[in-house]
Amino acid sequence: MSGVRVLAGTRKGAFVLTSDGTRKRWEVSGPHFAGWEIYHVKGSPADPDRLYASQSSGWSGQVIQRSDDGGATWAPVGNQFAYDGTPGTHQWYDGTPHPWEFARVWHLEPSLDDPDTVYAGVEDAGLFRSGDGGQNWQELPNLRGHKSGPSWQPGAGGMCLHTILLDPVQQGRMFAAISAAGAFRSDDAGQSWRPINRGLQSEGIPDPDAEVGHCVHRLAMHPSRPGVLFMQKHWDVMRSDNGGESWREISGNLPSDFGFPIDVHAHEPDTIYVVPITSDAEHFPPEGKLRVYRSRTGGDDWEPLTTGLPQENCYVNVLRDAMAVDSLDSCGVYFGTTGGQVYASADSGDSWEPIVRDLPAVLSVEVQTLP
Amino acid sequence: MIRVVLPAHLRTLARIDGEVRLDITGPVTQRSVLDALEARCPMLRGTIRGHDGGPRRAFIRFFACEQDLSHDPPDDPLPDAVAAGTEPYLVVGAMAGG
Repeated sequence: MSGVRVLAGTRKGAFVLTSDGTRKRWEVSGPHFAGWEIYHVKGSPADPDRLYASQSSGWSGQVIQRSDDGGATWAPVGNQFAYDGTPGTHQWYDGTPHPWEFARVWHLEPSLDDPDTVYAGVEDAGLFRSGDGGQNWQELPNLRGHKSGPSWQPGAGGMCLHTILLDPVQQGRMFAAISAAGAFRSDDAGQSWRPINRGLQSEGIPDPDAEVGHCVHRLAMHPSRPGVLFMQKHWDVMRSDNGGESWREISGNLPSDFGFPIDVHAHEPDTIYVVPITSDAEHFPPEGKLRVYRSRTGGDDWEPLTTGLPQENCYVNVLRDAMAVDSLDSCGVYFGTTGGQVYASADSGDSWEPIVRDLPAVLSVEVQTLP
Repeated sequence: MIRVVLPAHLRTLARIDGEVRLDITGPVTQRSVLDALEARCPMLRGTIRGHDGGPRRAFIRFFACEQDLSHDPPDDPLPDAVAAGTEPYLVVGAMAGG
């Protein structure tokens, strides 16, 4: 019988949550790497037993862990992330030039077809690649080296490269998103990059429709239709129908268009999910009601999904990498909160149940659909 | 025989119980001890100091014989008691965080 494996990264360790295809009863293992911040854990699409985890701490910096048995055992691999050449500077909060300094890996994106190839999005924003299972990392320097790089500024959470999308159809096309620089696209496997932010409007920057400087929180695509992209921006939910060449707003009737994650239903490319958050200053759901919003029309028209979610006195946040979908039928949707809950829906969002309630603050959630 | 005591989170990472005991030929300095430690436990590279012998990480401290050696030059000799193995060399996570 098929099953699912939910990989949750938290402020104090990683947890692996497993269930059979009914998604009713769950086994919880962890904490793995107890006490360390686990920004992200993700499995290889080419080999579900191959997992990568980003482990870090304020004391001891970055470690990358790898599992070859689905998370039963782990071993540290390479943790040297050296920027290519002389790193140069970006803008600091006060507008002065600031040297690029590696802080941590926010996101790990395994290759679609090679378990040993994995990409890492890091803070200060840069993109790295390993072709040997994480032992050695080389920067793809022309993203950070884009002519606009010296003008990039960190968002409040640091200048992080948090989203990496690999196009399953167009060979060599990939997308990356950086807070607070914007979205970028490569059509040559990361060798060259250009900003794809036309149509974004950000009132928080001096030129609201500038080429770069936008605080993109998350990008999502459906693998069957990779030319269509969805974006949760600092404010505004956006859509592109041309691989990022231009964007239009699809916030529609959302109670707030501020938020962090966005994801797409596994079988319905126009069904998308967001979690509205009150504002940039109030990182909790409007009215204390935790609501996932679903659009079945690719945006603009949204419905609140509340069954099983707290509808009073709820003031958690859902971070950008903390939502994922499985590919069972019906599609499962999962998200984790800063309050330590991981919620699951086995019916495309119609109803929800917590898998666990009291983990450390959840930083990331990924799901593997197992044969 | 040099005795090194690591903080708990690094013992877990390196899968070590108790002290690490290292044989060092030549001068016993902070650099030579850390070089030998990282050779024994490669997963510790980058977690105590920068890669390739780079500077100490900001929230790591080095103590021995009730002295803070964190700001001493890395090639200074360690106290005789450390070199003789009667006192351990302590790698400490600074009091920080929550």
